[in-house]
Amino acid sequence: MENVASGNAPIVTLTDAEKHFGPVRALDGVSLSISPGECLGLVGHNGAGKSTLVNLINGGLAPSAGQITYTDGSGKDTLNPMSAGVRSVFQELSLCPNLTVAENLRISHSDLKGAGWRRRAREEISAALDQVFPGHGIDAGIEVDQLSIAQRQMVEIAIGFSPRGSTARLVILDEPTSSLDAGIAEQLLDHIRTFCAAGGAVIFITHMMGEIFATASRIVVMSDGKVVADKPTTDFTRQGLVDAMGHVAANSDPETQTEKRVLTEEILRTSQGLSAHRGEIVGLSGLAGHGQAEALARLYFESTSSWRSLGSKSQMVFVAGDRGRDGVLPLWSILRNASITVLGQGKWLLDRKAEAEFGETWKDRVGIRTDNIDNPILSLSGGNQQKVLFARALASDAPVVIMDDPMRGVDVGTKRDVYRMIREEAARGRTFLWYSTETAEVCECDRVFVYRNHEISAELTGDDITEDKILAASFEMQEA
Amino acid sequence: MQTKYRILLPLISLAVLLAATFWMQPRTMSYFGVNLLFNLAVPIALATIAQMMIIMVNDIDLGMGAFVSLVACVVATFLQDTPVLGTIMLIGLILSYAAMGALIHRLELPAIVVTLGMSFVWGGLALFILPSPGGASPGWLRALMTSKPPLMPMAVVAAILFSIVTHLLIMRSGIGTVLRGVGGNTRAVQRAGWSVIWLKALAYGLAGLFAVLAGMALVGLTTSADANIALRYTLLSIAGVILGGGEFIGGKVSPTGAVIGALTLTLASSFLNFMRLNPDWQIGAQGAILILVLTARLLFAKREART
Repeated sequence: MENVASGNAPIVTLTDAEKHFGPVRALDGVSLSISPGECLGLVGHNGAGKSTLVNLINGGLAPSAGQITYTDGSGKDTLNPMSAGVRSVFQELSLCPNLTVAENLRISHSDLKGAGWRRRAREEISAALDQVFPGHGIDAGIEVDQLSIAQRQMVEIAIGFSPRGSTARLVILDEPTSSLDAGIAEQLLDHIRTFCAAGGAVIFITHMMGEIFATASRIVVMSDGKVVADKPTTDFTRQGLVDAMGHVAANSDPETQTEKRVLTEEILRTSQGLSAHRGEIVGLSGLAGHGQAEALARLYFESTSSWRSLGSKSQMVFVAGDRGRDGVLPLWSILRNASITVLGQGKWLLDRKAEAEFGETWKDRVGIRTDNIDNPILSLSGGNQQKVLFARALASDAPVVIMDDPMRGVDVGTKRDVYRMIREEAARGRTFLWYSTETAEVCECDRVFVYRNHEISAELTGDDITEDKILAASFEMQEA
Repeated sequence: MQTKYRILLPLISLAVLLAATFWMQPRTMSYFGVNLLFNLAVPIALATIAQMMIIMVNDIDLGMGAFVSLVACVVATFLQDTPVLGTIMLIGLILSYAAMGALIHRLELPAIVVTLGMSFVWGGLALFILPSPGGASPGWLRALMTSKPPLMPMAVVAAILFSIVTHLLIMRSGIGTVLRGVGGNTRAVQRAGWSVIWLKALAYGLAGLFAVLAGMALVGLTTSADANIALRYTLLSIAGVILGGGEFIGGKVSPTGAVIGALTLTLASSFLNFMRLNPDWQIGAQGAILILVLTARLLFAKREART
């Protein structure tokens, strides 16, 4: 940043970069360069090649063909992304949960050594956190597994921007705001703008259109491993951007009906006041980490994992948002991951044929993009893994579906597919309990409970469900 | 559980057991008595630290006992007769442990299988070196293990020394932090530009080093060796790590806790002796103590999760 000599030489330049995984062309000839001061918004639906591109730029993968060159802070050419100041913040959390916040900085900052390195690490990470997220309230001496998922993401972002013995020149942020609430996300966007204004560059991947238009100076759209559009942000409209991503269901779907449904019997009520009727979509909202996920987990475990629960037939199924922790069985195939809820129910031996049929049906129903459902689940992109988890839940005949922020890092097209499925299932009498960090999603619900400090601060129904009212209920106390 | 509290439970267990022992047999409450109680804990503590290095990187070593036995055989024969050759052999053993770690990582083999397989190799080598019990302890080693430092018995001094050294190495140093990071999230460490294969080799090498020290301490105490002398160390060392607040996965280990765990296990068998418990029941009773402590830990963790 302080190096004026570097001028405007691009930090990284890709020339016809390709990456193949077997017969799959994940990246099919991409040419791109990023100069200091640019904030590049990278969009595309799941599996468009964004992650592959990012991994090529940060040196995690070597290109199958083509060239990638970097220039370091003094304007010299280099082949090493680290010395060019390229940093990545990944979508799936990549901190060591057993280490403290400061110790995690040590992992990516090998120059921290000698006596007193722990104190210096604490100072550096605290400074970085203060800079990006003023008023974060995270103690640098606390172990990461004591932090909420949003706080972990904040730490990870702060490590990305921290000096670490050199200067961060290009920071790649992959879905950085997916588990942050609106206020914290805004702090991050502010910091990105400041950082770019000071000559840093950012690659910003997100599915939130608003964030792209608020921060990016240039937008690159990817589809099927190719760059299909690369223009300054001012040349895009929201609709134009969605069109460029080439998703079929781009227009707002006409069947978003808000017909009043007759309330049927109440099937669920907790001591906390959370309630749901048959066929209702109940949203849980409020700032991230205010007890929504815990409330759902408690509800779920009480009904399924108690020794005293009646019989083995569960009344609820769970769709995980934190896929790595609660969702996928990483060593199993796509099929097994989906069929686990119905697998061998009532029989002693597995019915392989029925399972295969089941797999094909659900593959088409939820639109999992794979040529073979016997592939390992981890071969799928994040959004497709999430679809598998939806299939797993919806395939059971449990009347209540609990969803813990399931749309984290899922692209617009998948979201629309899932919304449609949820509406259909609700119309058939299934009840959904849906925690989401995105207010727009919550506004689709029939009834919304807003959480604040682990308690329900408001219950909204029908026309009362608006972004303003939800926000008001989330913040009330702070303003008073 | 936070690291700073993780050490509390092992400390309490040891204190309770020690108080019970002193109450049952007041004569142990002396310089000589304490030394006698904890004498054999020194090699076990070292083996527990070695096991901890492996558990720290999410693996487990089922060959620890056989390896320590092999070291004991080398110490009682080669190190005694031809010190230079003996030293070279011991260094070679440490390096072979490091190589085993690298191999396990490189070929993505399960450590539990590789170390179990290697335990037969170590056992075979030990029998080859010392077909029947015998050998002799080098004089300096014997002198070291039977030394009588002022104020505190040798065993206590050694335990304190081990905890300080390993605490500095694992919990406070930069490289120790990275090693624990391997257990916590290998991919994160790899992405940060570290060579995980070297880190694993380092962790296994450290384990080899401490296992060699354990074998030497054992010979210093017993003055002779046998190919099966330390076979029970495998399970004792694993139990010691867990008793000391460590966890099997996730890089959550505590070196001080491991030393305390080893002391607790040694004390438990003396305690059962004082209770005049039939030796046939002792193993079961030791297991019961282990389960008791782990239950207490689980209850603590649950209560913390609720608050």
